[in-house]
Order: sequence, then C-alpha cells, then structure tokens
Amino acid sequence: MSLFKRLIRMDQPPIGFFLDGKAVEGRAGDTVLTAILTNADAVRASDVSKNPRAGFCQMGACQDCWVTLENGERLRACTTLLTAGLRVVTGRAA
Amino acid sequence: MKPAPLIVGAGPAGIRAAATLVRAGLRPVVVDEAPAPGGQIYRQPLVPDGRSPEARYGSEAGKAQRLHAEFAGLLNRIDYRPETLVWNLGQGAADLMHAEKTTRLAYDGLLLAAGATDRILPFPGWTTSGVFTLGGAQIALKAQGVSIGERVVFAGSGPLLYLVAWQYLTAGVRVAGVLECAPFSAKFNLVQGFFHEPRTVLLGLRYAAALRMAGVPMRFGASDLAVAGETRVTGIGWQEGRRKYHLACDAIGFALGLKPETQLADLAGCAFAFSPRDCAHLPTRDGAGRSSVAGTYIAGDGAGIMGADAAERAGERAALALIEDRALPFDAARAILLEKQLATMSRFRDAMAKAFPFPEDWSIADETLICRCEEIAAGEARAAIRQFGSTEINRLKAVSRLGMGRCQGRVCGAGIAEILAEESGQSLAAVGRLRGQAPVKPVPLTLLDTLPEAAE
Repeated sequence: MSLFKRLIRMDQPPIGFFLDGKAVEGRAGDTVLTAILTNADAVRASDVSKNPRAGFCQMGACQDCWVTLENGERLRACTTLLTAGLRVVTGRAA
Repeated sequence: MKPAPLIVGAGPAGIRAAATLVRAGLRPVVVDEAPAPGGQIYRQPLVPDGRSPEARYGSEAGKAQRLHAEFAGLLNRIDYRPETLVWNLGQGAADLMHAEKTTRLAYDGLLLAAGATDRILPFPGWTTSGVFTLGGAQIALKAQGVSIGERVVFAGSGPLLYLVAWQYLTAGVRVAGVLECAPFSAKFNLVQGFFHEPRTVLLGLRYAAALRMAGVPMRFGASDLAVAGETRVTGIGWQEGRRKYHLACDAIGFALGLKPETQLADLAGCAFAFSPRDCAHLPTRDGAGRSSVAGTYIAGDGAGIMGADAAERAGERAALALIEDRALPFDAARAILLEKQLATMSRFRDAMAKAFPFPEDWSIADETLICRCEEIAAGEARAAIRQFGSTEINRLKAVSRLGMGRCQGRVCGAGIAEILAEESGQSLAAVGRLRGQAPVKPVPLTLLDTLPEAAE
C-alpha cells in the first residue's frame, strides 16, 4: 500500500531504489520521503513501541522521518533528494 | 577586516534583509536549510515540474516570483549557503553544518529569520501513519506534487486550514472534511480583520465558499479529535458539544496555527517574554527588530506570527536597524514607513488570533502520546509532575525526558506546557519555555567528535 498519491511529475525519469530489499521506483525530483510513501505506508518503526511512522512536518523540523540504510547510515527522508540505488530499511518488513 | 553580517533563513524576511544589506554596501552570509530560497511559503520544487507559478503559489504567485528573482539578483553580492544548518551560535560565531561537515563562521551582526512550524497539541492517534501537519500536507502538494492521501480530512485551526483544504480540492484531491476546532462565532472577528486587510479576508472567504460549493463538510467547534486506524489512518472522530461524529479518510492534515522557531534566538542569549497573542514565549524586540542582545536582530514569523507580507517588511526594517547601528547611512523615512505598515499588520493579526483562537480547554487523555520522539504518554508526564512537584518546564524535562528527543520540543513543547499548566494550576506564561540547546537539530555524533573546539 502507498500513502502518497502522485498528482504530477508522472513522466519524470524513474529512479530505482530498494525498500527492505525489494526493488521499487521513485521519480527524479522526489525526496526520499515522497519516494518511500508512494510505495509504502510507513518509513520506519518508532523507537520504543515499533509502531509505523510516516513522518509528520515534511520540513525538517520534527525529525520523525529519519530512516536507516542497509549500511547503517541514517538520513532525514523529507530533506534528502532520492538517488538511484539507495537501500532503505524501514524495519517494517515482517 | 570585520566579519560579514549573518542572516539565518532565506524566506521572505531573510531575502528582504539580504537585499537591504547589499544596497548598503554590505556582503552578508545567508544560511538556509533548504536547497533553494523562498522559505516554506515560497518553497521551490527540487526539479522543474511543469507547473506554473500560478498553479503552485495561487494568489501569491507574483510575490513568490518577485522574491525569487530578487534573490537571484543578489547571488554574486552575498555569500549564500543553501542546504546548511546553523546548529549552534553565540559570542559572534555560528557553527554551520553542510554536507556532513561543520565549520565555524564569525559574524558581525546577526539577523535571525528562522520562520515557524505548525503548532501542535496531541490527540489520540496523532502519531499514526497518515497524520501530517497542515504545513507538511501543503509542502507535499506544492513542492513534491503529491497528496498525502486520496480522501483527506483537514483539522485544527488557523488560516492555513482553509488554504490547504482549498489547494487540495483545486488539485483534484477528495477533501473528506474540514474540522475547525474554534467555534463559528469566532469568525465574526474577521469583520475587524477586513478593515485592515480586505484582500486576505476575501481570499479566505473565497476558499471557504469553494469548499462549501464542492460539498465538503465544514464543521466548527470540533473537539476531542481521535484518529481511527492501527497501522494507518482509516478515519477521524470528533465531538461537537456532546455529539460524536466520525468521517472515513486515509490521511489527516492538522495544526493549530503556527509556532515561531526561536531556538537560535535563545542560543544567542536574547531575552524572552510571553506573548498572549501567540500563546508562546518570544524574543523581545523593539519596533525595528532589535533583540535584547546588541547586534542581534529578529524578523519574520520566527519573532512572532505575522505572515509572509509582514515578514518581508520586518526583514527590511531589521536590516535597516543593523545598518544604522553600524553607523552607515540608512533610509530613516523608509524605516518609519515600514514600522507603520507593520503596526497595521499587527492589528490585522490581533483580529486573526481572535478569529482562529488557540483552544482553551484541549483535553489530553493519560494514554495519549505527548512526545512522539521518546513516546511518552500524557499520564507519565502527569505522574512526573506530581512526583517531582514540577512547576517549570525545563525542570520537568530533566526528570521526564519530555522535550529531550530529536525534535528538541519543537512538536511537543506546546502540549507539555499545556499539561504542566493544567497539572500545576498555573498559566502557560508561568510554566516557562523549553530552552534551546545546541545542537538545535540532529548532527552526526561523529562530526562532533572531530570538532576541534566547537562543541562545548
């Protein structure tokens, strides 16, 4: 399931990346948040209760959308431009 | 040689401030977190997306284009640092992080134009996947061209509530409802607002009329909001008086007006005072924008919510004060005119604060999460307040970790203040404000380790 719905930029070149090991696509000009949430309905599990989170403020203030990459690096999804081959772990895959 | 003045923020206030300093022969450093100038209101997309300025910025397209063009014209006369975070400052120097590297920049004159974020009070389910701030919902649409869902409810209060709902409707998204937490009677204050800024009030009425014409349910006096859905939003419940209502939806945009970003003013050592209009502790300023610290100026929504048009004028006025304080020639007549315009806008803002009042009796149940970073529930906060006899918000933070998470209290601060005031029988003014601490936003720990002398 996806949370976000694309309204424009449908024909921008697709950019491939990985969500919990699965190959998915975003679009040129996507933030990592947009790219994830047009493919899934959460970007991470919360720290304590492990409940799904999808970010909140989308302007780099709330720090709710920090995601982890397979190599252990972390990035703030709403302020990071999607790049090809990014390997994001949402921690949501059962 | 003296270091250059530092402007933090490239929104309407920062852009006008930069232009004013350049005209006086100064070459300011302009630091901004975003990749392109404009701030949140005139935010630009990451790549050209085929939309016209009119489609993106609506009635404010002309202002957006003028400010973007003005800033472009300054580029070879300022030191512009996009995608750069000021994470610490004070004593004439700022620590900047760009591309995971930190540098220390000395400044002579500091102009803070940090803007605002959505003001939030918690309600059951507000951390559920699919609940975003109103500002966040707007950024998704404006800058990314996505909607936060296919059937969206907008709730809370403030002018943004109707603007964002209208923008979604216009973009072809199904708006399932607009739930205003303020009573309908509060809207009569718009009559007073109309005298000061007829255009703004008429625009707002136009948005509301379009929503109504489209058959969007519009409710007033909504209280006790509650999100339905476990792993993502499936609906929202609310009350009007004793009657309970429910709407199915797959996303929610929520905010109760805006909250100034004041952390850097705090680090700069500025004095604060409680503003009843903004229901927040704000840095004190003179009419020109001078803070209590010599050489530090504050402009725009980061100093108190006044909107983008006022931010432009406040940015210019504060820059003129900086120029005057450097004993450089400055346009005194222009300064007087700007202050006069700002005074009128402030009266308009008085009316808007009454038309969209901050809720007085927002009940927060013990089970409701108040801090989304550390996942602390209101009941735990209340227990800590009772156990430690807390009456001051920073003491409460120390014993409960409330406001200590990654957001540094940006999101939870209003809710914590609300609970502490209620539990300790004090006013919001009396419980104080969460003090800003460096780093004001997360920076990699490895970066702090390698820092020669910055982190102290």
